[in-house]
Amino acid sequence: MKLTGAQILLKCLEKEGVDVMFGFPGGAVIDIYDEIPRSSVEHILVRHEQGAIHAADGYARATGRVGVCLVTSGPGATNTVTGIATAYADSIPVVIFTGQVPRALIGNDAFQEVDIVGITRPCTKHNYLVQDIKDLAKTVKQAFYLARTGRPGPVLVDLPKDVQNQITEFEYPDKVEMRSYKPTNKPHIGQVRKVVKLLKEAKRPLIYSGGGVITSGSHEELTWLGRKLRIPVTSTLMGLGAFPGDDELFLGMLGMHGTYAANMAVNNCDLLLAVGARFDDRVTGKITTFAPRATIVHIDVDPTSIQKNVSVHVPLVADCKSALAALKKETKATLDEFDWQADHQPWVDQVQTWAREHPLTYKDNTDAIKPQFVVEKIYEITKGDAIIATEVGQNQMWAAQFYKYTRPNTLLTSGGLGTMGYGFPAAMGAQRAFPDKLVIDIAGDGSIQMCIQEMMTVVCNKLPVKIVILNNGYLGMVRQWQELFYEKNYCATCMDAQPDFVKLAEAYGAVGYRVTEKKDVEKTLREAFKVDKPVIVDIRVEKEENVYPMVPAGASLTEMLLV
Amino acid sequence: MNKHTLSVMVENEPGVLSRVAGLFSGRGFNIYSLNVAPTLEKGVSLMTIVAEGDDAIIEQIVKQLRKLIPTIKVKDLTEMKSVEREMVLLKVNAEDSKRAEVLRIVDIFRCKVVDVSPDEVTVEVTGDQGKIGALINLLTRFGIKEIARTGNVAMQRSMQIDL
Ligand SMILES: Cc1ncc(C[n+]2csc(CCOP(=O)(O)OP(=O)(O)O)c2C)c(N)n1
Ligand SMILES: [Mg+2]
Repeated sequence: MKLTGAQILLKCLEKEGVDVMFGFPGGAVIDIYDEIPRSSVEHILVRHEQGAIHAADGYARATGRVGVCLVTSGPGATNTVTGIATAYADSIPVVIFTGQVPRALIGNDAFQEVDIVGITRPCTKHNYLVQDIKDLAKTVKQAFYLARTGRPGPVLVDLPKDVQNQITEFEYPDKVEMRSYKPTNKPHIGQVRKVVKLLKEAKRPLIYSGGGVITSGSHEELTWLGRKLRIPVTSTLMGLGAFPGDDELFLGMLGMHGTYAANMAVNNCDLLLAVGARFDDRVTGKITTFAPRATIVHIDVDPTSIQKNVSVHVPLVADCKSALAALKKETKATLDEFDWQADHQPWVDQVQTWAREHPLTYKDNTDAIKPQFVVEKIYEITKGDAIIATEVGQNQMWAAQFYKYTRPNTLLTSGGLGTMGYGFPAAMGAQRAFPDKLVIDIAGDGSIQMCIQEMMTVVCNKLPVKIVILNNGYLGMVRQWQELFYEKNYCATCMDAQPDFVKLAEAYGAVGYRVTEKKDVEKTLREAFKVDKPVIVDIRVEKEENVYPMVPAGASLTEMLLV
Repeated sequence: MNKHTLSVMVENEPGVLSRVAGLFSGRGFNIYSLNVAPTLEKGVSLMTIVAEGDDAIIEQIVKQLRKLIPTIKVKDLTEMKSVEREMVLLKVNAEDSKRAEVLRIVDIFRCKVVDVSPDEVTVEVTGDQGKIGALINLLTRFGIKEIARTGNVAMQRSMQIDL
């Protein structure tokens, strides 16, 4: 069958099982848009390309499938860069299609020409400029394959306008052969046995679980290991939801805003089992004093993550799913002969004592609405059965601390890049994937204004996302740093000049609520969550509340500032 | 800080050099020299990169190079028996009074004179870094006016034993 480039692209997407893409048209992709009505792939028209890429990312995080985004050349393409870097930092599988000027004009500073392949080289897993229609189908196939295999990530495909019009025989390859790309998936059995031996010898083991556990879908294996071998579990921001947040062995997040128990456990454990995590500076604090008493085992699919920030004793290159499954298989045989529970119980007691001494908490003695209280209420009302997206800042940390994630893929948050404006469009993408689920963006008053234009998209596409703004009138996280480390010099962080969010919601055709009294918080949230439309709930919270515990940047994990 | 010679086999596709160069600049790694040319295998190029860093950095460089999608193979030749060669062109001051001395040195080093003028000679030298360094040292006092270097190319020795 002979088809045009534009037709081939859409056929490829259908073959990949893509049901929706998020995009914004322009001259360089108009030929593709011309074909969209004849395709089974639904297109959601956003209001800014940043919204499209974050929505594709949110869709990917919530479903575990590849998210897709389509934009035009030049400014359309550059508007996606923040979102691409966001997905790259968190290893999220998305494929971005950008239009490009016709091949003959490339390099001529043509109208709306940018070298998007050059611009995104450092923030994509890989990218392509399709120079020949004959390469198109193969390239799309590879793009999806690269995006979701190994350590996942964004892949960009740049499509010159004239290639979209060329005609060729369409044939979709059924498999990908790349001599240069062969990710290691299976763990080395010798290393696995070494880890089992270390686990048996350890008296104070700790699991440090990261986003890789969620990406690889190995939450069940992780949970089995934690519970059967009685090992306490701490998690990075990206890993929340892999191990049940309401389990007695779960210590909460570690690191800068981690719990007292988690950071003390890291400091005192004799074996640290890092799974799908990468020893980020927000996690380790001062690197030389991180886990000083521990033998460190590091499981990761990406060899560059291993030995990058800390020197580990036992590296295990494999995807978390195979590695944890192998560990499960090897330890299962020992359950009868070795009393793991008794062996680790004194340590579990110790860790739980720390958790009791300094639980996550806040001073709730005033009439003011505490932001942590709002997040607790959201958890109570939803009973954890919702998809939570967050913006960035204090709102993000409170959403991580005071909501218990019990299932994977239920927290959508920009961890590695910390992109304000991420949460709302990501929630939109997740809502499109799960129309019947409650999807909530826990937002800050600053961040929400960065992609607020997508209100129109959610309204007209009937995507009933709920935005709860923890409105403190500040760029709160930056203000917190100014308060603690810059003598309260609140330069450029007071944002009390803000729109009337209720009227704004209404102007877009959504529903708005404002809450100023503590007694109204629960009632209003309950009501808002029942509305079958997008909603903004503007909650006026205590303005100068801080996130605690806090390990100042560059300090050791034990140097926590507590409430 | 040690120099390591890395032999990197890559798909010969547009942008591959920029990916490698961008990796070094973006992560703050140091390239001492870089040479790239096609191999006998269709579509495959060989890069010889001399990189500087302590062991941990070199380990990262090797892993990051392997992570690039078009990279087929990376070998750290510094850890093996290998032959390394660089070719250098040097334009040296050689007025009458100095010419005989310059040519004697050129002879001792078994270099070739590839161009002459009344007061300059251009020599071509091939060798390992030791030989090239020594020659440059000796010729400096006459005045080296121009230098062009290929950067190292290198190959693993067939027999990995001490001869
Ligand atoms: C795009 C972007 N710009 C700047 C920052 C730096 N930054 C981190 S948190 C923060 C404040 C966010 O304010 P708000 O959304 O109101 O959240 P709050 O901390 O008050 O909950 C800023 C400016 C960022 N993370 N992202
Ligand atoms: Mg704020």
